[in-house]
Amino acid sequence: MDKFAKTNPAWALVIALVVVAFLWLVLAPWPTELEAAIGRKRVFLNALLGGITLGALYFLVASGFTLIFGLLRIVNLAHGSLFLLGGYIGYEVTNYTGSWFLAFPIVFVAVGLVGLAMQRFIFAYMEGEELRQTLVSIGLSVVLADVMLWYWGGQSYTTLAPGFLRGPMELPLISSINTTSGEAIFIRYPSVRIWILIAAIVIGVAMWLVLNRTSLGMLIRAGVDDREMLAASGVRIQLVFLAVFVFGAGLAGMAGVVGGTFQSLSPGEDTRFLLASLVVVIVGGMGSIVGAAIGALVIGIAEQMGLVYAPTYSVVFTFLIMAAVLAFRPQGFLGAGR
Amino acid sequence: MAPARAPDRLWFERIPMAWWIVVAVLLTMPLFANNFWLFQVMGWSFILGTIAVSLTFLAGYGGMVSLLQMSIAGLAGYMVAILGPSGTTSISLGLAWWIVLPAAFLIAAVFATLCGALAVRTEGIYTIMITLAIAAAFFYFTRQNYTIFNGYSGFNLVLPPQLFGVNWRDPAPFYYLCLGCAALCYGAVVYITRSPFGLALQGVRDNPRRMAALGFNVTAHRVAAHALASVFASVGGILLVWQNAQIAPGTIGIPAAIDILVVAVIGGIRRPLGAFVGAFIYVILQVFSPDILGTFGFSAERFKLIIGLGFLAVVLFSPDGVLGLWDRWRARRARRVDPLTGAPR
Repeated sequence: MDKFAKTNPAWALVIALVVVAFLWLVLAPWPTELEAAIGRKRVFLNALLGGITLGALYFLVASGFTLIFGLLRIVNLAHGSLFLLGGYIGYEVTNYTGSWFLAFPIVFVAVGLVGLAMQRFIFAYMEGEELRQTLVSIGLSVVLADVMLWYWGGQSYTTLAPGFLRGPMELPLISSINTTSGEAIFIRYPSVRIWILIAAIVIGVAMWLVLNRTSLGMLIRAGVDDREMLAASGVRIQLVFLAVFVFGAGLAGMAGVVGGTFQSLSPGEDTRFLLASLVVVIVGGMGSIVGAAIGALVIGIAEQMGLVYAPTYSVVFTFLIMAAVLAFRPQGFLGAGR
Repeated sequence: MAPARAPDRLWFERIPMAWWIVVAVLLTMPLFANNFWLFQVMGWSFILGTIAVSLTFLAGYGGMVSLLQMSIAGLAGYMVAILGPSGTTSISLGLAWWIVLPAAFLIAAVFATLCGALAVRTEGIYTIMITLAIAAAFFYFTRQNYTIFNGYSGFNLVLPPQLFGVNWRDPAPFYYLCLGCAALCYGAVVYITRSPFGLALQGVRDNPRRMAALGFNVTAHRVAAHALASVFASVGGILLVWQNAQIAPGTIGIPAAIDILVVAVIGGIRRPLGAFVGAFIYVILQVFSPDILGTFGFSAERFKLIIGLGFLAVVLFSPDGVLGLWDRWRARRARRVDPLTGAPR
């Protein structure tokens, strides 16, 4: 960071100013002129928090996608279907057992098994044929989508969060100052979303630690760099592939439970989240967990801010960000050059 | 595959008998087929095939699997609805057909060129991801934009012009219109792939580095391929909007974009004919699956499952599609010998 400030003093100043301005926007109560110009601070903060929590959900879906892509070179276009499948199974488990938390391990195992079957019986037979694998995953997504439509129908489902997660919680962020008493009014936000954000951060940090501090992570990183060499040095790489695919699929399934709680599940959500993961991964850089986190945050915030301030064109913002990244940095923010 | 070229035979003698039969059947079809068959089955097959042949051109000859072709077709269709007359008089400009059609082709080509320029910055599977993302963005945009694309409801009553006093939406004229357009597009693809540009494009597909070393501008060839393919896609899109007499965001959704890929792959993505064979199979399955599924006690909606499984089977077992299966069957027939004498049968 010091080095960056020394080599690019002008850019460092601009970045510092932007950060300070952003912190001021978030922390300080807004003067009335500003509220008159761009609306209430509560709206802004809600959009920002909505963007961050949506980014957390996108991260959960996209991190599995990017991990699978980074190591196995499979663009798994059935990833959105795994998300939706996880959501539906989570809904059934929550309804059947009455426990929301039990849904997570069950969904992880169930969707992980689907992923295991996909990798073991289909993708493993066409290793290296990237285009064919992608086409197969498209076929799988068509089949899975129709099977799910068959079983669960076209209506939308919402998984109920347990009692103590329902309702709002107060955050230490000032939304406005009461003009008569002078008291600060703090922002209130649905607590389940805050907990999901925390969970996503924990999962992200855990993934980073596993990847960078354990021997399994060492194998995976070596596989991303050069899998032929790794296989030649005696590692049973198919097992590593299988583990990563199962983990990525299970993560998508768990994200489905989260998505079912947070929003709702219906046919079509699979393509929506597949698209979101694609854009997140393109923006963040293929195969990079940190890149996926940054991309998810950027896309989530852009989508929510767009929804609040320019409702018609919110999707176009996402697309414009993607186009800009592709035009100026085709490998994504943190992607390694190919 | 190709018959031996004898110099003393005229060009039309070199065309195999099967082709003449197919052409004769297609040309005389209005004599014996009913209107539903002409308009829905054959018309739709030709339209889907025309859009899919643009993907075949890009993927089979350019090596770029783009999921954008349906969006480009949809944009051309939208332009016909917006610039020409439609039921939504508050938006449609109602211009004459000779302005509308060139404008639709031009706008679609500009869009395809821009998106192509973006997509060719990447290769292989990345192209699929990026074109899928652009296609989705375009779909959501048309669904949310009410000032130009009229949002969720889209446009209806988009009718073809009454040229030469013929109602081109009547089954027989529409059939011949689709047949003519499809044949032209097929011929154009075959012609282009044998032209210097097409050969250079195939070189770029096989080895971009070597082509660059030979002095070809790889990026320009790829972008030009996107622009050329947009013409075929636009033809299909305009016919599609005339056939349905309406266009809405659902026409260009992600499932529709994937259907085009499915059609091209099922038929065989290496050859232009595959697009039409695939389209015919797809349409037959879609039109007749309710009856067939009903007899086995399934709901008619399981059509997508059949298409998906068929697509999976083709990708898994015959990557060059149904035409590849046909070729292999013929090759095995040709190799078969009489078990007693050893002479070829």
